[in-house]
Amino acid sequence: MVREETASPSVAIEVNNLSFYYGASQALFDISISIPERQVTALIGPSGCGKSTFLRTLNRMNDIIDGTKVEGDILINKANIYRDKIDVVNLRKRVGMVFQKSNPFPKSIFENIAYGPRIHGIKDKEKLGELVKQSLQQAGLWEEVKDRLDNNAVGLSGGQQQRLCIARALAVQPEILLMDEPASALDPKSTARVEELIDELKTKYTIVIVTHNMQQAARVSDRTAFFYEGRLVEFGKTNRLFTNPKEKQTEDYITGRFG
Amino acid sequence: MNRQLKETITIQLLRFTTYAIVCVVGYILLDIIRHGLPVLNWAFLSEMPRRGGSEGGILPAIVGTLYLTLGTVAIALPVGIGTAIYLSEYAAPGRLTETIRLAITTLAGVPSIVFGLFGLGLFVLFCQFGPSLLAGSLTLACMVLPIIIVTSEESLRAVPQAFREASLALGATKWQAIRTAVLPYSLAGIITGAILGIGRAAGETAPILLTVAAFFLPRLPASIFDQVMALPYHLYILATQHPDTTKVLPLQYGTALALLTMVLGLSLGAILVRVHFRRKYQW
Amino acid sequence: MNKDRAIQIGFTGIASSSILVVGLIFLFLFKEAVPFVKQPGLTALLDSRWIPVSFQLERFGILPLAAGTLLVTGIAMLVSVPLSALAAVYIAEVAHPLEREILKPFIELLASIPSVVLGFFGLVVLAPLIKQLFGLNSGLNAFTGGLLLALMAIPTIVSVSEDAINSVPTSFRNGSMALGASRMQTIWRVVVPAALPGILGAVMLGTGRVIGETMAVLMVTGNAALITSNPLSPVRTMTASIAAEMGEVPFGSIHYQALFWVGIILLLITFGLNFVARRVSVRYGMMR
Repeated sequence: MVREETASPSVAIEVNNLSFYYGASQALFDISISIPERQVTALIGPSGCGKSTFLRTLNRMNDIIDGTKVEGDILINKANIYRDKIDVVNLRKRVGMVFQKSNPFPKSIFENIAYGPRIHGIKDKEKLGELVKQSLQQAGLWEEVKDRLDNNAVGLSGGQQQRLCIARALAVQPEILLMDEPASALDPKSTARVEELIDELKTKYTIVIVTHNMQQAARVSDRTAFFYEGRLVEFGKTNRLFTNPKEKQTEDYITGRFG
Repeated sequence: MNRQLKETITIQLLRFTTYAIVCVVGYILLDIIRHGLPVLNWAFLSEMPRRGGSEGGILPAIVGTLYLTLGTVAIALPVGIGTAIYLSEYAAPGRLTETIRLAITTLAGVPSIVFGLFGLGLFVLFCQFGPSLLAGSLTLACMVLPIIIVTSEESLRAVPQAFREASLALGATKWQAIRTAVLPYSLAGIITGAILGIGRAAGETAPILLTVAAFFLPRLPASIFDQVMALPYHLYILATQHPDTTKVLPLQYGTALALLTMVLGLSLGAILVRVHFRRKYQW
Repeated sequence: MNKDRAIQIGFTGIASSSILVVGLIFLFLFKEAVPFVKQPGLTALLDSRWIPVSFQLERFGILPLAAGTLLVTGIAMLVSVPLSALAAVYIAEVAHPLEREILKPFIELLASIPSVVLGFFGLVVLAPLIKQLFGLNSGLNAFTGGLLLALMAIPTIVSVSEDAINSVPTSFRNGSMALGASRMQTIWRVVVPAALPGILGAVMLGTGRVIGETMAVLMVTGNAALITSNPLSPVRTMTASIAAEMGEVPFGSIHYQALFWVGIILLLITFGLNFVARRVSVRYGMMR
């Protein structure tokens, strides 16, 4: 069991003995981890190690796949999100998600951002406008698009699209933001822009980011968790984990011996 | 050399066969257009038929077919889209889904005249609608249901999974996600399916023979319990039941061309809708 | 959440209506047909003559109608299968991509021509031609009907076969070409055999369409209920009998019931064909 070592800030997500199955095959084995509030936690590991699967258990996105099974507990705000008759809709509202490939809807920039608030019942034009502006500002996109909010979002560049998706997630005012390799499809400049953004956002949000890029993990995260073959091998402060890994597998991975 | 020659001959044979079929299709269309066009004028389209259909126009047949197809789509479209949504968004693999799919394939293969018998037994006699627009539309709706289901399901499945995920991750309920992030982007396919269904319904004769079609009824329908004339049935009557078929041959060609224009126009419309939307939504 | 559950149940209900319709079709066909079993009894259907209206003895033998359907369908398939298969091979394997984009929809256009229009064409163009060609008294016979039905089967068979040929993996072709086989050898010895189940399914779908076709045969086959194997003789098919006679029979009469039996047999034949075609294509991964 891997626990946080030093005096920790308050915990946003507490995971206890989590196992996850796709049908008969087990994808996650007995994961326990405490994700701190208003920090960036990076999940790293070779592809297929379960880091994305783990991320998707945190907002129950795996529910939409047939035949999956979850064991163990995940506590967010003291509530067990797999028990306690939690409302999945409410959960996903509090736990936003940004996907690997930017997935804007083929409609206007404004409508993309307003989509979330609208489905949660906000109809007031003025309020929607305010939310859209605020979310785009937070995502650092406002200056670039404020004059063309009615343009189709599909016309934006890849990096802009991804920041649009971040803004869209922010518009429903979540507490936690899950990011699944958000910069993997972007060019270096756009990647840098997204990383800056993550750094700004962590003052307000708890961020969990999956990345296969170790430099990125080192740059943006406060804590890093290393996954291997469905197990959480090591979890700790990013500085410490990269300079002084405790586990042999972690060391092998970050020094590039496999993965 | 010998082998090369054989290869060339085979290719030419294949090409010849294909273009022979194309020529036959082209000849049929040309023949009907050539003989039908001179008859097809405003008077023919807008006048009541006279003397048992041997003179005058085909207005009630056009209106009848129009009403029938609209009724058909009004009934079949909600059921078809609903089924497609179930199959693409909700259905888990299992016995129920398998049975539904088998039922749809079965419906697609039922001969049109058998639909006529069924409509006669259920709607005309058992439900006591009599031969009427209602009975005919219901019968045709059962017939076009598979077309609408299959095209709608295809277009629902073509919507990227990422849209559903994006919507759900923002806290949409499943139905909200379908309604706001899936249905709008599959509209093209659904409309295409509806148009194809209309085209099929407009051209069919056998199912309406027993459930709605009137031989000669030179007035427009006033309620859904009225019988109507219909273009395909009118053509059938003119071509086979008229005492002097050669005398009314121009009228037959005119009716055939009107029907063909309607049906092929709808098919063409379906293609255009698809192209238009494909250009509008690219992902 | 509960609302979502209710919506899901709603959609399940709507989707089940297809099952309901199929059930109702069987139910109401049998409902109208069933008194026939008592009087005159099902064996009456096996009579060799179909004389539904008579001053002496009415006879309801389906055999001549079935023979008519068989003859017309046989002719239609004999004509359409080779033509369609060759055309499918051409479009899938030989035609230029642009050519293909034009050819396929054009042939599929044939499928959307209403059958009554094709029947009309058969009546005024094809039948006189056949009459002249063979020196007959009338061009309305099984052969004319078969040719017209072949036209209706061709788009189905071409389109589905072409899909089947197209879904043969390129690696098969490359493998054969790498062994030094020519393009045609590859097509005939590798591609077509691999696509054969799909082509077979296409033929079955086409057959189902031909057997169930009503208006065109009603208009051009001459409508004489004879048992014959002469393609130039007039025949009466099962579908044509229903369409021609149902309008004039008293509801509930024995003749009326007999026509519903004809419908039931048609339904079972097409159901069987579609079921097998679906099995074939599912097994060979042609459909979802």
